[in-house]
Amino acid sequence: MNRYPLWKYLLILAVLVAGFIYTLPNFFGESPAVQILPLRASMKADVALLGRVEAALKTANLHADRVTLEGASIKARFADTDLQLKAKDLLKNELGEDYVVALNLLPRSPQWLTQFHALPMYLGLDLRGGVHFLLQVDMKAALDKALEAATGDIRSTLREENIAYSGVSREGNLLQVKFRDAPARARGEVQLKQRFSDYALIEKELSGEFILQATLKPEAEHRIQESAVQQNLLTLRNRVNELGVAEPVIQQQGLDRVVVQLPGVQDTARAKDILGRTATLEVRMVDDEHQVGTGGGAPFGTEMFKDKEGNTLLVKKQVMLTGERINDAQPGFDSRTSEAAVHLSLDGIGARKFKDATRENVGKRMAIILFEKGRGEIVTAPVIREEIGGGRVQISGKMSTEEAQDTALLLRAGALAAPMEIVEERTVGPSLGADNISRGFNSTKIGFILIAVFMAAYYMMFGSISVLALAANLLLLIALLSMLQATLTLPGMAGIALTLGMAIDSNVLINERIREELRNGITPQAAIHAGYENAFATIVDSNITNLIAGIALFLFGSGPIKGFAVVLCLGILTSMFSSVLVSRAIVNLVYGRRARLTRVSIG
Amino acid sequence: MELFKIKQDIPFMSYGRYTTAISLVTFLFAVFFLAHKGLNFGVDFTGGTVMEVHYTQAADLTQVREQLAQAALPDVLVQNFGSSQDVLIQIPLKQNVAGAKLSEIVMVALKNKDPRVEMRRVEFVGPQVGKDLIENGAMALLLVSLGIVGYLWVRFEWKFGLSAIIANLHDVVIILGFFAFFQWEFSLSVLAAVLAVLGYSVNESVVVFDRIRENFRKMRRAEVTEIIDNAITRTMSRTIITHGCTQMMVGAMLFLGGETLHYFAMALTIGIMFSIYSSVLVASPILLWLGVSREDFIKPEKIEVEEVLP
Repeated sequence: MNRYPLWKYLLILAVLVAGFIYTLPNFFGESPAVQILPLRASMKADVALLGRVEAALKTANLHADRVTLEGASIKARFADTDLQLKAKDLLKNELGEDYVVALNLLPRSPQWLTQFHALPMYLGLDLRGGVHFLLQVDMKAALDKALEAATGDIRSTLREENIAYSGVSREGNLLQVKFRDAPARARGEVQLKQRFSDYALIEKELSGEFILQATLKPEAEHRIQESAVQQNLLTLRNRVNELGVAEPVIQQQGLDRVVVQLPGVQDTARAKDILGRTATLEVRMVDDEHQVGTGGGAPFGTEMFKDKEGNTLLVKKQVMLTGERINDAQPGFDSRTSEAAVHLSLDGIGARKFKDATRENVGKRMAIILFEKGRGEIVTAPVIREEIGGGRVQISGKMSTEEAQDTALLLRAGALAAPMEIVEERTVGPSLGADNISRGFNSTKIGFILIAVFMAAYYMMFGSISVLALAANLLLLIALLSMLQATLTLPGMAGIALTLGMAIDSNVLINERIREELRNGITPQAAIHAGYENAFATIVDSNITNLIAGIALFLFGSGPIKGFAVVLCLGILTSMFSSVLVSRAIVNLVYGRRARLTRVSIG
Repeated sequence: MELFKIKQDIPFMSYGRYTTAISLVTFLFAVFFLAHKGLNFGVDFTGGTVMEVHYTQAADLTQVREQLAQAALPDVLVQNFGSSQDVLIQIPLKQNVAGAKLSEIVMVALKNKDPRVEMRRVEFVGPQVGKDLIENGAMALLLVSLGIVGYLWVRFEWKFGLSAIIANLHDVVIILGFFAFFQWEFSLSVLAAVLAVLGYSVNESVVVFDRIRENFRKMRRAEVTEIIDNAITRTMSRTIITHGCTQMMVGAMLFLGGETLHYFAMALTIGIMFSIYSSVLVASPILLWLGVSREDFIKPEKIEVEEVLP
């Protein structure tokens, strides 16, 4: 009656072995490492770079334990932090500005474990130290900018089409265009409808004036806000690269917020400066008449900038247009050649300036330069084919679709990013992080020992089996968290402790039930069987109510609470498995084979 | 070893009047303190800045206050945190004109006097974030309550769901009452603990309810009060032992987990204590009062009657 078929034992054994393998990496600790990432997606970390890194380390006589190419980056592990710091300085000099050379802590687990994708849990900022920022994107500013731009564009459209109007004004989210008579309005409406598909138009008559009201359509409003957040994410990513953080997290949270997590960063002042900086974009003319001097100096009135490929171009100092005049940049295709292209739209003033500049410079090249941290880089340098009016500009030729997307994003990111504000900051110093780990670990350890001693004393053999089941629960929970690469935080550690404390409930229920059945006078074998059977429904019910609380916490919790909720939910699942199946398997192994069992050790 | 050898059922239900009175009084006290003193919301909810700094020797708090006053921060809460070398600085939102930059200003001010001061932790929370957290917390509480009532309704009967949730919300109010009375800081992690207690103490009621249902089937001739008394008595040993074990773990966190886990564990401790009480002495009397009966589980057999229809 109390025997499992062989496959069931094997299955449980297999689960436990898998649990053990995936828990194992957490015990090897971490070794200090230097991580090298290319700054741009177009440059790849490859074997050649690996060779360069290895050679550089060898000539400087810095011994690395392991230098590997992993995914998009090269990781060099060192025995101590002293070597690590030296290697970082060396590699930074050696590789130049095109690479991010960051300090990192990497798992020291052996390679055969890594091959199973058995990786240690990822430690949260409160355990490893670092900065967490929550930034709020100013959506109103993004909309204001779009509406302001539309106001100017409506004016220039009407002027271009020679439609008489007496004024364009903006009240909040409402644009009002006033016309002198109904026919003018009708003509205006046709034109505006064609060009401003994002706006809904309504005709109105007010004190003898013919008015056309334009409001932004909800879907267009949504799109503007969405793209504002996307641009800001991109800008932030570019900037965080400069900070040299190995594993930054930059994510959208909710509609209008961005989370930035920088593990290991201590200099919060610099981090804030870099995140808060605004990039500027400038359009200037390329000077192709002069050559770059042999001494490397630029001729009078020009400056040298590099483009993405690293070619140097001479660019005039005079600024044709600044980034504020660019309303939008979208990737697309040339309508004639169907080549990849970037479509720019300029505001009214920008359109006029651009028209004048292009008329004077047909056949020459212009350069769009992105300035960040006082350093300029040429995003693109197209040839001007003809005079361009109307504020619609297309940049095309020799461009892949990805490049068009990148360029459009860069142009927008430099020009349009809606203002952001830090609404939450959490910084944890490394010493506090280490303290948090040891506190969390110690309290779990002491709690576990107390429970183990009590259970063994109170329920004897069955208590000891319960403790084994609880240990299996801990093993499986940590294995599961490691497999999912969940981030372990202090609340998460509290969650592990709490689930262990609660998981023992199932075994107490079972043991109490067995005692009760024994008191009722049935044979030990039958009592064990009945105890497990009768307790099962109760265990399921009580775990499900717990699970409901865990899921609600997960859905509505933020940051630290979410981590706690994940552990709670997973812990409930593993505890069901271990307290029912694992403990039963052990009981079956110990007692199940004896045909004439007269007494069991249950205290 | 066996701590609870109870031969006869304890007539819990006949004490119903007293236990209800006790829980009503505690409940009203909790509500009174909540209304009168209110919760001492932490920076997570109110917004503001909290900084933890570490000195190499015992810190002079008055001096820290003076230094901050010189940095145009006169109304700042400065206190020791854990040890005499650790200092906690709390700056309310309305004084904070610098936003996220404030922490740097404070560090510069402190480093003027003692360059060895080490920044351990900074938490800055803007006003909007706090408001969102309160809303989300309330939503989570609502969702947990509805989810539990719903589940117990399906699994048992609506009377069970309702009495369990009343008993457990009573626990939640009492935990909050404690936090209001002692003016302990109510932070995000305390909120997490409160919600976890809700799931955990419903657990307790479920175990008793399971027994009640089983007894309705087994003890055919017994009165409803006898059935409930028996169910509580039979599960009492398990109740005490389970909670004792959970409390061992929570106690370890309370004493060894450091400041961050202290109030989290405190909320759990209060929750565990009161959930023992409420599941036995609040949920069951309510169940009785709602008129639970055998028919709720054992449906009378339908008698097939032949009908003649026009």
